[in-house]
Amino acid sequence: MKGWRPPAPFLLLLPAILVLAAVVIIPLILSLYSSFTPFRLTQPASLFTLIGFRNYVRILTDIEFWTAFGRTVLLLTVALNVEMLLGLGLAMLVEKATRGQRLLRTIMMFPMMFSPILVGFQFKFIFNDNIGLVNNALQSLGLTDQAIPWLIDGSLAFFAILVAEIWSSTSVFAILILAGLLAMPKEPIEAARVDGCTPWQTFRYVTWPFIMPFAYIAMTIRSLDVARAYDIVKIMTDGGPAKRTELLWTLVSRTAYADARMGLANAMAYVAILLSILFTVYFYRKLAAARTQIAAEW
Amino acid sequence: MATVSLEKLVKRYGALEVVHGIDLEVADREFIALVGPSGCGKSTTLRMIAGLEPVSGGNLKIGGRIVNDLPPRARNLAMVFQSYALYPHMTVRENMGFSLKIAGQKPEEIAPQVEEAAKTLDLTHLLDRRPSQLSGGQRQRVAMGRAIVRNPDVFLFDEPLSNLDAKLRTQMRVEIKKLHAKVQSTVIYVTHDQVEAMTLADRIVIMRDGYIEQVGTPEDVFQRPQSKFVAGFIGSPPMNLKDAEVVDGQLVFTNGDRLPLPARFKDRVTAGQKVTFGLRPDDLYPAGHGIHSGEDADVHKQDLRVILTEPLGNETLVFSDFAGAEWVGRMLNPRRLSPGETLPFCFDLSQAHLFDRESGRTLRG
Repeated sequence: MKGWRPPAPFLLLLPAILVLAAVVIIPLILSLYSSFTPFRLTQPASLFTLIGFRNYVRILTDIEFWTAFGRTVLLLTVALNVEMLLGLGLAMLVEKATRGQRLLRTIMMFPMMFSPILVGFQFKFIFNDNIGLVNNALQSLGLTDQAIPWLIDGSLAFFAILVAEIWSSTSVFAILILAGLLAMPKEPIEAARVDGCTPWQTFRYVTWPFIMPFAYIAMTIRSLDVARAYDIVKIMTDGGPAKRTELLWTLVSRTAYADARMGLANAMAYVAILLSILFTVYFYRKLAAARTQIAAEW
Repeated sequence: MATVSLEKLVKRYGALEVVHGIDLEVADREFIALVGPSGCGKSTTLRMIAGLEPVSGGNLKIGGRIVNDLPPRARNLAMVFQSYALYPHMTVRENMGFSLKIAGQKPEEIAPQVEEAAKTLDLTHLLDRRPSQLSGGQRQRVAMGRAIVRNPDVFLFDEPLSNLDAKLRTQMRVEIKKLHAKVQSTVIYVTHDQVEAMTLADRIVIMRDGYIEQVGTPEDVFQRPQSKFVAGFIGSPPMNLKDAEVVDGQLVFTNGDRLPLPARFKDRVTAGQKVTFGLRPDDLYPAGHGIHSGEDADVHKQDLRVILTEPLGNETLVFSDFAGAEWVGRMLNPRRLSPGETLPFCFDLSQAHLFDRESGRTLRG
């Protein structure tokens, strides 16, 4: 008896489809589904109760969620801008180096080689109010005679996290912008100098438009990174004091694992992902526009 | 409008000296071409004038003012680069108006100047395009437009036509000549193409290994080369240059073949002197297929064997065997020759050159 045979393309794709289904599609559907249930890890049966959009309604009207959301956006905006400026400065300095440029490039990437958890611990120590380096230095220099509660005061703690984040990731910008600078043809810069540009004008009108796409690539990568910031914050403040440094993902993980409310946490996660997608789309558009402008062939 | 003076100008990179104290006076509104083989220092010299390379020694004056330490923007020059160096993110209009914008002119002042230059260069219909949407020739015209708009004291061209194909190059050469006639600026033009130098320049500066070999009008450098190098560099195909010795008022070549000593040099050489004999292909032709410019008595006839011919249509280059070497001659109103054929050749010795073999300098007075 001749049975039905699936078409060859389907058969050939089947292994890939199975793997994808197992590791991506099914978890995705399951988590999306659970965001419509009051699922708690402690009550497995709750997975089968559908409550419609109640989780979403709840988080969208929850001031705590919106505070964390806003704080994440703030962290993202400040960190990206500062990293961009510092990275640009670093890249331009390294580009000027006539000797040891390779070595400098490698050194520049050191912060990226550390696990964020370790960076968190390191900065937790640096900003410690009793034995931390920062307070020690400030007091030794006579700038203050008090122990500044870096990780205890809400806004100072946010600042400390920001510093750790920037320290660990400025090199992403530096490396990508340096790549742009090295790829840039030198003649337009010389033409600009002969055309009467001061060094600043040369940068503003010729160099910057050329490296803009590279900066946007770094922005895209880093916006995804910061939007899911978790490890550094978890170690340094764990969202504290009194939730003053709570970010989206620390909130999500607390809801999911400490409070065991998985359904609610999944709903939060989907809203958080929306934020990432928005930023990515935004920077990607900027990137495309910048590339067209310089007629990039890549 | 300005004069440019190079006084003992030196360029060093670390311990390596690449331009060795050259002197040059460029008159106001003069078109000067710097030519020479690659690595002769012509581009480096131009870049020093532009201010893109610091001067290591000597003085550089533009309009009588020493500009050694002035940045490019304070020199009021315009430069056209080999690779065009257009700003890729700006339209043609913005590219051309950029220097004026930087100089602080208002948009309504810039527009008419850009339009004017665009009209001169036939770019009006391209003003809103980006460089990436233009052909090589069009980009080169934009680069020139960008230079014209500045109304500079001195135009600098760094091998501007090297990236164009042969036909476009000829066309742009004519445009540059017209342009110079129109804007009447001082022009310093670097090229390795002697045809460009010969056709465009009022005077040609021939450089070699960081020294100036000769400065002169195109006729000067072609007809009165000061050295063996210039003689071999200018002219295509190059001048026949063969070593010989003066014996009994004759030139004896290394294999023993002889030619009469050209009358002009009779009193300028001594017996036994080692010389290099130079004769342009135009002055070596099969009898009846060339023109001699001096007295009949100065034409020496000799039978030579043809090795190879290169027919070019209106003329044929004939490679023949003499004095144990290959000599190239130019045959006008050519007829078909076959290799191996022997026929009478004319040496127009009134046009011959003699150089001292040691120093390479000309023996002409």
